[in-house]
Order: sequence, then C-alpha cells, then structure tokens
Amino acid sequence: MGRAVHGTIVVPGERLDSKVEGKHPYTLELGGARIATVVGLLSRRDDKHVFINIKGVYVPEVGHVVIGLVESIGATSWHVDINAPYEAILPAQDFLGRPFNPAVDDLARYLRPGDYIKARVTLFDKTRNPVLSVQGEGLGRVVNGIVVDISPSKIARVVGKRRSMANMVEEKTGCTLFPTVNGRVHIECPSRELEVIAVMALKIVEAEAHTVGLTERIARFIEEERARRGV
Amino acid sequence: MGHKAKVTLIDERGLRHDGRRFDELRPIRMQVGVLANATGSALVEYGRTKVLAAVYGPREPFQKFMTLPDRAILRVRYHMAPFSTSERKSPTPSRREVELSKVIREALEDIVLSSEYPRTVIDVFVEVLQADGGTRVAGVTAASLALADAGVPMKGLVAGVAVGKVGGVLVLDVDEVEDSMGEADMPVAGAPDLGLVTLFQLNGVLTEEEVERGFSMAWGAIERIVSMEKEVLRRKFEAVGEEV
Repeated sequence: MGRAVHGTIVVPGERLDSKVEGKHPYTLELGGARIATVVGLLSRRDDKHVFINIKGVYVPEVGHVVIGLVESIGATSWHVDINAPYEAILPAQDFLGRPFNPAVDDLARYLRPGDYIKARVTLFDKTRNPVLSVQGEGLGRVVNGIVVDISPSKIARVVGKRRSMANMVEEKTGCTLFPTVNGRVHIECPSRELEVIAVMALKIVEAEAHTVGLTERIARFIEEERARRGV
Repeated sequence: MGHKAKVTLIDERGLRHDGRRFDELRPIRMQVGVLANATGSALVEYGRTKVLAAVYGPREPFQKFMTLPDRAILRVRYHMAPFSTSERKSPTPSRREVELSKVIREALEDIVLSSEYPRTVIDVFVEVLQADGGTRVAGVTAASLALADAGVPMKGLVAGVAVGKVGGVLVLDVDEVEDSMGEADMPVAGAPDLGLVTLFQLNGVLTEEEVERGFSMAWGAIERIVSMEKEVLRRKFEAVGEEV
C-alpha cells in the first residue's frame, strides 16, 4: 500500500468544480467547464477547494529569485540555465557592477560554465529570454555547499507552510537550505555526512510531496540516519 | 524462411485466430515514468506490440530559426527499432515512419496547450520495441501518457485503437496477422473527454455502414483505454510512498 495522499489525484482532462482555485495553465475554462490540464491534487485548504499541480514546467516571472547554472560565456554576458524552457542571460555589466569593456575584461575570470549563481529575474515576457541580475543581498556566485535539483512543482513542499519543512530540516541537520522557485535548493552543511542526509531527505520530500504526515516522517528519517551513521 | 502456415482469421464459432471475440481488445499494459533522463515517459503494450514514448521539453531548440513566436512546436519521431520485427528493420527512417510521425503529431497537436510555451519545442520520441500491429495507435496512447507524465498542460488524454475487417467481419484492435491478411484497417484516435477525434485513417475498403459501426467500436475502446491511462497516472502518485 502507498501513503495516504492529501486529497484526490486529478489527471488531465478531468472536470473540476467551478469554485476550485487553481493556477493557469494548470486549470482551464473549456466549453463552459473547468478542467485540469496536468496531474494534480484536489484538496481542501482554509474552506477552499484548491488544485495543486504535481507535475509542471517552471516558467520564470519578473522578481523570482532563482539558482542558475552557467552554461556558456557570450561576448558581453553569460548564458544561464534556470531550469526553464528559456535560457537566461546575465549581463556582464550587472555582475561586475561597473561598465564593462569586452576588450579588457575576460568574463571567464569571474564565472565559468558549471558555476552556480543566485540571481533575480529582472526582465521576461516570453517574447525575449529572461534577463538576470545578481545585485541584491545574498545573490551572486555560489561558493560553498551543493545545489540539488528538485521538480519545480515540489519546491512549495520543500519550503512548507511558513517555512516549516525547511526549518525542520535545517534544525535536524544543522545545514542551511536556500530553495528557489525554479526547482533548485542550495545546501550548506557542517559536514559531508550531514549533507548526504539532507539531500536524501529532500529527495524523499520530492517523491512524497503530496502525502500525509510528511514532516514527521522526514524528521524521523533524519534522526534515524544520523543515529545509523553516528553523526 | 519457411512458408507461413494458413491462418483461419475467423473460425466457425466466430472467434479470431488468437481466440478473441470480434469486439475484444488485446491485453493492454501501461507504465509511466520508465525513463529517468526524459521529462516524461511511458511504456504501452497492446498484446505483443510494445511502444516506448519519451518526452523532452518544452525546451529551446538548437536550431532557433525553427521556433514559432506564438507557440511551442511539437516534434514527433516515430521509429521502429531494428529488432522490433521478425526480420531486421533498417534503422534508417522509412517513408512510412516519416508519415506516421506526422500522423501522431497531428493526433496530439490539438490537445497540447502549446501557446503556453512560445519559441520552444516539445520533442516526443515514439520507439516501437516490438511490432505486432497497431503500432501507430499504441504510439499515440504512449505519447499521450508521456506528455502527461512530463507535466505538459493538455486539454485531455488521447488514446488510439485500430478496427479492421477480416473474413468479412469487423474486428477491434487488429494485430499483425489480421492487418496483413485482412480486407481493411481503420486506425482511430481521440480524446473522449473533449469528444474530439484526432486521427482517422482507412486502408482498404469499407461500406459507409461498416465505417460507422467500426468507428463506434473504436470509440468505445478508446474510452476504455483512456480510463486505463487515468488509472495508471493516479496509481503512480497514490503509490509513490513505495518508491522511496
């Protein structure tokens, strides 16, 4: 038997009640009826019926803070994979915080393919690729720790209500978690063993995001793993 | 190679060469999420026909000139593995495979909400692992499941089935023997939730009345297959706790 789930699983094409709240394009008005367009969960939250997509593709929005992976270096910018259908651009001028001269500055000295950055989406409207900025507190190149990929639709569960899940994992492992909407989590831990436990815990959250009693199960899992590994 | 034995397509009890009734589907099996590297994937079996579908994207294509400013492009590649038939099939895409790629793409295009991802491409690879008739319709079913598994927004699930005419009798879900020795083959695919037919072909000759009756048989089967697709998707997420 599987775990009990938080509501009812709904599949593409199934009709939803007109009062159900859900994000576009995961719910759609079609021929006078409201339908689900992806696999999701129909559940009750604060006297409202909501549809939460279990599956989905990350689409950037202006203001989102994302973790990007530098893919290549252009003449005046870096091309960054932000786990979206569109490749993002980080202008050199923004990263350096000063005017940039391609004849003098070598971009490879600052960021190379394979580097992770934390950045904010400053421009995006689907007609042009997203533009990123690292100007802001906590943004810039990721120097320590590791970055874990999680399905973007599961990030909300990694964070939890009022950050409950993320706080619990941080408390139990001593790591710091920085989850972003594009499905990446930056983890910094005091030791390699704790890092492995934190990653395993996040992967369980991803796989069981829509099941009941998850926070307690993850807390128990971390305690058991720490005891088993003696850390 | 020896000569093929003569097959009785419909016996005196009205049963087909494999023992099925005229309106009986082959045993259908479905699995989703079978490939870790794909955004979504599915393995579908109609009897001995096995088809694997993998979806990648939406993503930016390498050749950016081929993008459209208002929607995603759906690219479908239908391919039969060299080991899918009893005699080796050349891996080079044949005229038939190019045509079926187009037919499957058109069977899915009206269902996928491609306008949500302009300037991108959604790649669907349909690989026939074992061919025993009905590969295009099994391909449509597998591709629909793989798209749902990938989280690509869709108006509904699609499924397909082929109706044929053998020994003067209309039969459901034709296999290779019935397809090659029968009088007609009519593949149909559609989305029952939307009342939408997305694929309708006919090889051979049927009367108007036979087409109507055949379509009605196919549509009933498509409704059953889409119900199976829904069940498989639900089961995957309800049983998720066992995977970890």
